[in-house]
Amino acid sequence: MSLLKLDNVTIRFGGLIAVDKVNLTVEQGEILSLIGPNGAGKSTIFNLITGIYSPTEGNIYFEDRSIGSKKPYHLAAAGIARTFQTIHLFNNLTVLDNVLIGAHTRGKWNVTGALLKFTPWVRGEERELTEWAYDCLERVNLADKADELAMNLSYGAQRRLEIARGLAVRPKLLLLDEPAAGMNPQEKATLLKMVKAIRDSGVTIFLVEHDMKFVMSISERISVLDYGVKIAEGPPEAIRSNPKVIEAYLGKGAVNSA
Amino acid sequence: MAEVLQSISNSIDPYILQIFVNIGIAIILALGLNLITGVTGQLDLGHAAYMSVGAFTAAIITINLNLPFSINLLIAGTIAALVGLAIGFPILRLTGDYFAIATLGFAEILKVVFLNLDITNRALGLSVPPANTTIPMPFYVWMITILVIVGVTFIQNSRFGRALKAIREDEIAAETMGINSTRYKNQAFAIGCFLAGIGGGLYAHFIAYINPSDFAFMKSIDILNMVVLGGLGSIPGAIVGASVLTVAPEFLRFMSEYRMLVYGALLVFLMVFRPNGLLGGVDFRKMVLRIFFGKKEKKPNVTIKAR
Repeated sequence: MSLLKLDNVTIRFGGLIAVDKVNLTVEQGEILSLIGPNGAGKSTIFNLITGIYSPTEGNIYFEDRSIGSKKPYHLAAAGIARTFQTIHLFNNLTVLDNVLIGAHTRGKWNVTGALLKFTPWVRGEERELTEWAYDCLERVNLADKADELAMNLSYGAQRRLEIARGLAVRPKLLLLDEPAAGMNPQEKATLLKMVKAIRDSGVTIFLVEHDMKFVMSISERISVLDYGVKIAEGPPEAIRSNPKVIEAYLGKGAVNSA
Repeated sequence: MAEVLQSISNSIDPYILQIFVNIGIAIILALGLNLITGVTGQLDLGHAAYMSVGAFTAAIITINLNLPFSINLLIAGTIAALVGLAIGFPILRLTGDYFAIATLGFAEILKVVFLNLDITNRALGLSVPPANTTIPMPFYVWMITILVIVGVTFIQNSRFGRALKAIREDEIAAETMGINSTRYKNQAFAIGCFLAGIGGGLYAHFIAYINPSDFAFMKSIDILNMVVLGGLGSIPGAIVGASVLTVAPEFLRFMSEYRMLVYGALLVFLMVFRPNGLLGGVDFRKMVLRIFFGKKEKKPNVTIKAR
């Protein structure tokens, strides 16, 4: 059983076919990368998986259950978390609050809980959530920044905070949308270790990335997308020498001279 | 007990007492709107309409049934919340400016409805008999004001409050974190309207006469001013904003006809020099600790599990 399965997924925006009959599976416990030139539909696929869009045709299955028409908040509860290509943090809240919001689905007290703030049940839950949030912050080396506002973090730290917030969901599948974008080589090396450690803790990773060195060194499998169509899939070595992939990135003619 | 309170309130200058009560009611209204606009980030330009629902409900209940005042207020608040939900359910799907315009429209509709209903005595308005309670109004109002302050403080610092702030900051990210934004926005809106209804009920019984025109657009803007002036999302801010804007016109009374001119200029100056409001972006708890106890901010006391 694969963890996530895209079955002939198509999405149209008016006349534009952004994703065209894509079949894709993510296996339990792997690190799968999705690459492709700009505008190939990578982020659209992430938006489809997290319920921001619904497929026009085809369906998506998570743990063999259909999720094609589910809302984003259902999917977080089901165990899918994500980060965004452009940073989407809760800027005016503290780092800790950001992660606590990520842990939202792990709590259950709502308005009544707010008014029963000092009862042991609500306090217990709050303490549990806070401990879990610190746990997640530790995993991305941000625990010492817990009280700072998210907007005051450095760019690399903001990217890591997005990952911590995703982890707080306690996901089975973590989608990372260009996690290394804008990072310097040192930060990328740290990120690489971090992502591998997260996978080793039992979270399946599916990522979109432009940095080929990063992709090649982290992925177990790579899928390549071009103009909304999947053109190749396989281990990094095979992708590197695949003529279709080289053509998509460098154009026709590059294949012969390569 | 009631007699003691009565004699205390009789011994205070009625003018001062009136300002004091107006502040209390303004705080309740401002905190309700703060929850909708400041915390959840939904600009509501028709908050006075929900206040009018509460005011008329409470007045009609006192006139016809004369229920105990606390039960009366609860019903008034609940009806206001239900009306808020009925309006909020369709329009909370709108975002930003569109939502603001829609609240404005529904507020005008409610006003016109009250102007044409027989039970609200049309444009003549209602004279409200004294509330069915032995506690004098000033104490009653402030008792409820304190309850409301405690309640909204609890709400803002809870899992629920965090979810509301997340929606304000980034709705898409909030949804991806498992927050059903439509439901939470509706709940926040209902609570805000509930508080407006209670404020309206208190207002009706304190002023003793209500007219649909009392709850027109300018009243909504007054409440919004209090919240923005104090600092969006800040409870101490809303309290200070409500107090300042209730007291200011009274203190400026000596200038007679130039009063509103100065009031307007005051608002402009405050927005120029404190665009985030008086207490916007200020951590009130840390500020109080620093000023009164000279304490440095305290790290949260959480044990980090060894990994």
